[in-house]
Amino acid sequence: MTTRREFLQVTAATGSAFILGFNSETAFSQAGKATEVNAWIVVEPNDRVIIRYARSEMGQGSMTSAAQLVAEELECDWAKVRVEYAETNAQVLRKRPWGDMAAVGSRTIRQSQQYLRQAGATARTMLVSAAAQAWGVPEAECSAAGGVITHGPSKRKTSFGKVAAAAAKLEAPKEVKLKDPKEWKVIGKPIPRVDIPDTVMGRQRYGIDAQLPGMAYAAIAQCPVFGGRLKSANGAKIAGRRGVIQVIPMEDFVAVVADNWWRAKEALRDLPIEWEPGPAANSSSASIEQLLRAGLDSPTDVVSALKKGDAATAMTGAARVIEAEYFTPYLAHATLEPMGCTALIKDGRVDVWTSTQNAEATHAVAAAVAGVPLENVYVHRVQLGGGFGRRGGSQDFVRQGVAIAKVMPGTPVKLLWTREEDTQHDFYRPISLTRFKAGLDVAGRPVAWQSRVVAPSIIATLLKLPLKEGIDPQAVASFADQPYEIANVNVEYAQRNPHVPVGFWRTVGHSQNPFMRECFVDELAHAAGKDPYEYRRSLLSGTSKELLIMEATAVARGRVPRHCHHRGLRQLHRSSGGARRESGRRGGHQAPGARRRPGLRRQSRQRYRADAGQRRLHADGDVLGRHHHQGRARRAVEFPRLSHDAPARDAEGRGGAGAHRRLLGRHRRARSGVDRAGHLQRDLCRQRQARALVAAQQTGI
Amino acid sequence: MIKLTVNGMAREVDVEPEMPLLWVLRDVLEVKGPKFGCGIAQCGACTVHVNGDPVRSCSYPVSAAADKRVVTIEGLAQGGRPHPVQQAWIDHQVPQCGYCQGGQILVAVALLRRKPNPTDQDIDEAMTNICRCGTYARIRTAIHAAAKKPAKA
Repeated sequence: MTTRREFLQVTAATGSAFILGFNSETAFSQAGKATEVNAWIVVEPNDRVIIRYARSEMGQGSMTSAAQLVAEELECDWAKVRVEYAETNAQVLRKRPWGDMAAVGSRTIRQSQQYLRQAGATARTMLVSAAAQAWGVPEAECSAAGGVITHGPSKRKTSFGKVAAAAAKLEAPKEVKLKDPKEWKVIGKPIPRVDIPDTVMGRQRYGIDAQLPGMAYAAIAQCPVFGGRLKSANGAKIAGRRGVIQVIPMEDFVAVVADNWWRAKEALRDLPIEWEPGPAANSSSASIEQLLRAGLDSPTDVVSALKKGDAATAMTGAARVIEAEYFTPYLAHATLEPMGCTALIKDGRVDVWTSTQNAEATHAVAAAVAGVPLENVYVHRVQLGGGFGRRGGSQDFVRQGVAIAKVMPGTPVKLLWTREEDTQHDFYRPISLTRFKAGLDVAGRPVAWQSRVVAPSIIATLLKLPLKEGIDPQAVASFADQPYEIANVNVEYAQRNPHVPVGFWRTVGHSQNPFMRECFVDELAHAAGKDPYEYRRSLLSGTSKELLIMEATAVARGRVPRHCHHRGLRQLHRSSGGARRESGRRGGHQAPGARRRPGLRRQSRQRYRADAGQRRLHADGDVLGRHHHQGRARRAVEFPRLSHDAPARDAEGRGGAGAHRRLLGRHRRARSGVDRAGHLQRDLCRQRQARALVAAQQTGI
Repeated sequence: MIKLTVNGMAREVDVEPEMPLLWVLRDVLEVKGPKFGCGIAQCGACTVHVNGDPVRSCSYPVSAAADKRVVTIEGLAQGGRPHPVQQAWIDHQVPQCGYCQGGQILVAVALLRRKPNPTDQDIDEAMTNICRCGTYARIRTAIHAAAKKPAKA
């Protein structure tokens, strides 16, 4: 008789194999014989262990790290571990045994590490119990290591594969003791990522790679003005073209479906489309900036995000007042794999293949659009060609893909966006305009600090959630929690929402706000005639993590270098992508972030993307003519060079103290890449600077 | 009909001569290794070899590949063993999301054929593919590592 567990597995296996032929060698090859010990762990008779992964893999490496957490406590043989995605359909039927499936906000390890370790420990306990029962010996005399269970006194051995079926029948222990981190052998070790061999051999499958018999391909055009609608699309013009199957007009987009994507895209280009641009028809970059600028001085629709002392009074009594404005533009995510979604609706069942950071959200959107119960939806999990926050909350591509498939029941349709659509229809990093004002005493110490952030709210507009006291924490991140010891502080937030959609982009608020804050602190230091490093030290309490990081970096450098702080600021500027200082007292000091360097020009592709995002604001028809040829992309040749030695020269061949400073900037960049890879790369580990930054990270950021 | 060899197999396709090689490979022949990134030969995710030279297949008409040998990332390994460049990519854990890496590897293979011991500058000049995740530093390291091994292909 087929047990429920086996049934589920066979169903899953059939689904995977039939649909994609994806990684057929890694599909549930022996599903019928394999035993699910718990939702996370399946053991095959040949001792192979399948560890299920619930969230998404997009290069951040947590598919491997999450499995490491399970394997550590399971005491299996890592060489025999295979990682497979948990299915969303089973997630629904089994009442969410895998918890949150979203890979967003750097949460995977932080939020799931406890229950993943517990899953491993629970399964190990059951496997050991099953062996002890078979031998008729006390459980306490048995232990597991490397997938082998040993009875200490008699030295008898058996393997996970041999006892898994019996173990699965046992009651799961209510409580398990987890290892002391000192005993970890798998967690925290630089284990190669499990997905990399498939990637470099060309076997990795992304959403774009879904392939089904009889599949049709859709290209879409969305209204070039956000909030606009489709007025008409004259399908007659492209009727009879080779391969074209159907034109599908929708409320805010039109799709052309053909027998391959290129034909669909080419036909779409020749399709006469009329748009009703809607309420934002006359918006422009200038009108958006005007809206934000008005927020800087508005007495209404402003909330206080941090209030300490009496900043206004202290300001009037200050010896000097410094003011500055900083601006950061909209930025697109620009995942290298454009948005897309393949969907098949047949006999009340919906199958979806898409690169998603939140498979459960994909599942829910697919069910809602198709109008079927959640139980009838299957989201097939694949690697993502980049995520960066784009593929989590919005799920716009799923809504479109399923809507198109609904028009063509029984036909699998693969929707794929062009790069142009991808750039012009993002949920951008919010635009932000911030004014700073600080009052310094005669010694140059700030006695008053005011900042007003004018920016859209992701939480209010994308998630449509109420804001607590009107504050979007991301908009004021690093302002409302600014670490400097200043007696009188007032941080205000003026929520202003232009019509351009915004979303979570990488670190979210931290990708631009610290750039602004720290450049302003630099300006204060300059005004005070102080070394910016020493100036910050004097403003940070001895226990703040910011001070620890600054000191760790300085110590790792062997000494406290002059102008060490510039490195961080310059890096912040780079990652802030096209941010600029707007106005205010500049004095003789140029903010380090504003410097231009050959080879790392400010017109990075981020800047370009931001521009492209803004171009579409003009409803003058010009937007469709814009092309990527007009922009620049950052290429390898412009990327800073990493050396194994501690070189005294930088990429431009400049030497001296400046070279070290510039190099440190590079290592900082390298580290963030390493983070995303999920483990430290050996060559970088050797670098002192990289170690320092890791140490700094461990202090809490 | 257009005839071409794809990863050692003779194929015939009945498509428009101007159809980009990328879409013939992906949608007609179902070879998914070459990826679509930009469609205008900027990002290089679609890179394949045509008679040994790397081309950006999204902007390369299939007619130009007629009677030629096309090799995609799937066809690089010999006898199931990774190509030395692929092995270097694994050893140095180069990819993050990996979407661009098939193209990166194919360009690196072509570079090493031309220049078995490339300098950093050679690498920078040859490797114009875009990696959105930012793995450039590891790509350089892996190319240097592959150069130290006897390259076969």
